[in-house]
Amino acid sequence: MATSNGEDGSVEVQLGQTRVLAVVKGEITQPYPDRGNEGSLAIFTEFSPMGDPAFEPGRPSEMAVELGRIIDRGLRESRAVDTESLCILSGRSVWSIRVDIHILDNYGNLVDAANLAALAALLSYRRPECTVGGDDGQQIIVHPPEVREPVGLIIHHLPIAVTFAFFGDGNFQVLDPNLKEEEVMGGRITITINSQGEICAVQKGGGVGVSASEVMRCLRIAAAKAQSMTETLKKAVEIHEIERAQRKIRRHPNLQNQIDTASSVPNPIKKIEVEMEETSEDIEPKQALDTERGIKDLSMSDSSRMKSTETEVAETLTEKPSRAGGRDLFAGGESAWGDDVKLTPLKGSPGTRSTLFPLDSDALVEFDVAARAVLRGGVSSQRMSSKLVSEPLQRQISDQIAAAAVYANQTSPLISEDARPLGPIFPRVGDMDSTEESDAALETKSVSQPEGTPVNFYFSGKKKPKKRGGSGRQD
Amino acid sequence: MATEFVSPEGLRLDGRRPPEMRHLHAVVGVVPSADGSALFHMGNTQVMAVVYGPHEVHNKAHQLHDKALVRCEYSMAAFSTGERRRRGKTDRRATELSLVIGQTLEAAIMTHLLPRSQIDIYVQVLQADGGTRAACINAASMALADAGIPMRDLVVSCAAGYLNSTPLLDLNYQEDSGGGPDLVVGYFPKLEKLSLLQMDSKVSIETFEKVLELATEGAKAVATFTREKLLENTRTLASARGHLKI
Repeated sequence: MATSNGEDGSVEVQLGQTRVLAVVKGEITQPYPDRGNEGSLAIFTEFSPMGDPAFEPGRPSEMAVELGRIIDRGLRESRAVDTESLCILSGRSVWSIRVDIHILDNYGNLVDAANLAALAALLSYRRPECTVGGDDGQQIIVHPPEVREPVGLIIHHLPIAVTFAFFGDGNFQVLDPNLKEEEVMGGRITITINSQGEICAVQKGGGVGVSASEVMRCLRIAAAKAQSMTETLKKAVEIHEIERAQRKIRRHPNLQNQIDTASSVPNPIKKIEVEMEETSEDIEPKQALDTERGIKDLSMSDSSRMKSTETEVAETLTEKPSRAGGRDLFAGGESAWGDDVKLTPLKGSPGTRSTLFPLDSDALVEFDVAARAVLRGGVSSQRMSSKLVSEPLQRQISDQIAAAAVYANQTSPLISEDARPLGPIFPRVGDMDSTEESDAALETKSVSQPEGTPVNFYFSGKKKPKKRGGSGRQD
Repeated sequence: MATEFVSPEGLRLDGRRPPEMRHLHAVVGVVPSADGSALFHMGNTQVMAVVYGPHEVHNKAHQLHDKALVRCEYSMAAFSTGERRRRGKTDRRATELSLVIGQTLEAAIMTHLLPRSQIDIYVQVLQADGGTRAACINAASMALADAGIPMRDLVVSCAAGYLNSTPLLDLNYQEDSGGGPDLVVGYFPKLEKLSLLQMDSKVSIETFEKVLELATEGAKAVATFTREKLLENTRTLASARGHLKI
């Protein structure tokens, strides 16, 4: 998900093949007579034939109105957007926020995609700051963005829409139906729920009858789905925030390493799969770190490490867990450097590096071991002591871990190229038995997969939620 | 500002108990020239439903070769609310409700028995005091039965809410605007399945389950009432034609 042209409040979401664009605009209007101190939020939908030839131009069809109202109910009734903060002068002037949702490509499940787009747009929207002043204290001064930083909307929680389609006698449910499934479904239900497990809206507009227990089951699945969706949404918004901050700071064109830091937000779901293809590529790491390719980049950074072990890696990655031997550990290094380590690398000019890290293969071995331990989520010496590890070795290990932490955070162009010919590293810490190692590797693999597993499980294979850049691609 | 919707004695604003429904009243066959019609009252909410069909599809482009086309139109009379408000047919709420009510009833009608035909359902709210959707579905259901359209089961509907930590059945307008959740259920009593389920406002899953249960119970009570009324109506018709010997 990226903002088109880097604008605030304009977001495009891609859910499988369905693409939806949401744009948020605000203007100052008079409030409703019975709600003098509240701003207003209105959702408008545009179903142009561009998205689907079945859509007719002109007045919104019933489906379009229903979609608009589902999203509206999810946001308004649950008080997701704080309308009282939109008031400028009570009873006289308030901010009126309007969200326009355009369907760019209909491949099913427009509600979910549109809801996400609307939420993301609202999260990224910034309205100009305004103050009340003037002679009589009744004049509203709207400050342009150059003068005062525009301020965002107050959003209390994120209601995520999750749609199920029913088939047969209503006893068969499918999550996130695509266009073909929608054509033949018997009925559908949309549950708008936030990550705290509060149901904001439920819409089952007729269709095949479903028992109450089925509904409750769908609710529980929706609750789990909403949590993962909220995470994805937050991450995407974070990326946008960082980008916006970047744009504000004028920098010297050479110092582009900051951008790399920002974009190294990992996407564990894709990492593992993508890696399988990418490992054989000998690409210059961190080449194009736009958010779209964020996934590829992470694997690229790995690929540079694993250059010499391409074939092995490819093999070992295709088989799932349970392996023995240290060599596989390294191959599994997916949690690697992309995760909690900000490997800002390789992109800055050598001039920005202060010192070259002194390397020799022995030191490297030790550091790798320790670094891996660090990256496994802070494996401390305590853990090691649970296995039969000797005292002095333990000390050594903890020293190495400390050093590795530094190592991990430092950067050097040398590391990437020269270090990796080392290939798989057989840990000097031979006391740790190999099963423990492979368990640890499994652990990392499973740790980085929690998002992946439920997603794969529930989605019907073809579709995975992806957020892609809109017209503002930074290619 | 917290209005007391449930008094300490357990009485609501209009003197009902939380799981108590409003008074129901129904009349079948109020519009003689229509194929089927019914009037349904739920307390102060009064709704009229009229059914025309099955007849030939007016717009051949929309004709379905294997089943009947069901169209529904929901409208609120200008005099139905406290303040007179002229609403156009393009009112977004009316559009959504038309779609939703139509789809709910379509699930009950055996459309495969009437291919290439059209069934029109018109629902008009004459007096609105909360729960208009529920009353509309009940009225339409009776009107369809009056029109003799084959159905899998009756569709009955009831609304429920949650205020002052109590699940309340059949909210009136005041309770509806109280800010709590408003859950409407469209239920098949014999099949024991839900066709329509709509809810707005934030609730936890546990609360939702409680309110859903209450609404379903309410719907079952409406079903008993509806069936009784329809039987009564049939008996009257049959005896009028001399089929029944009293």
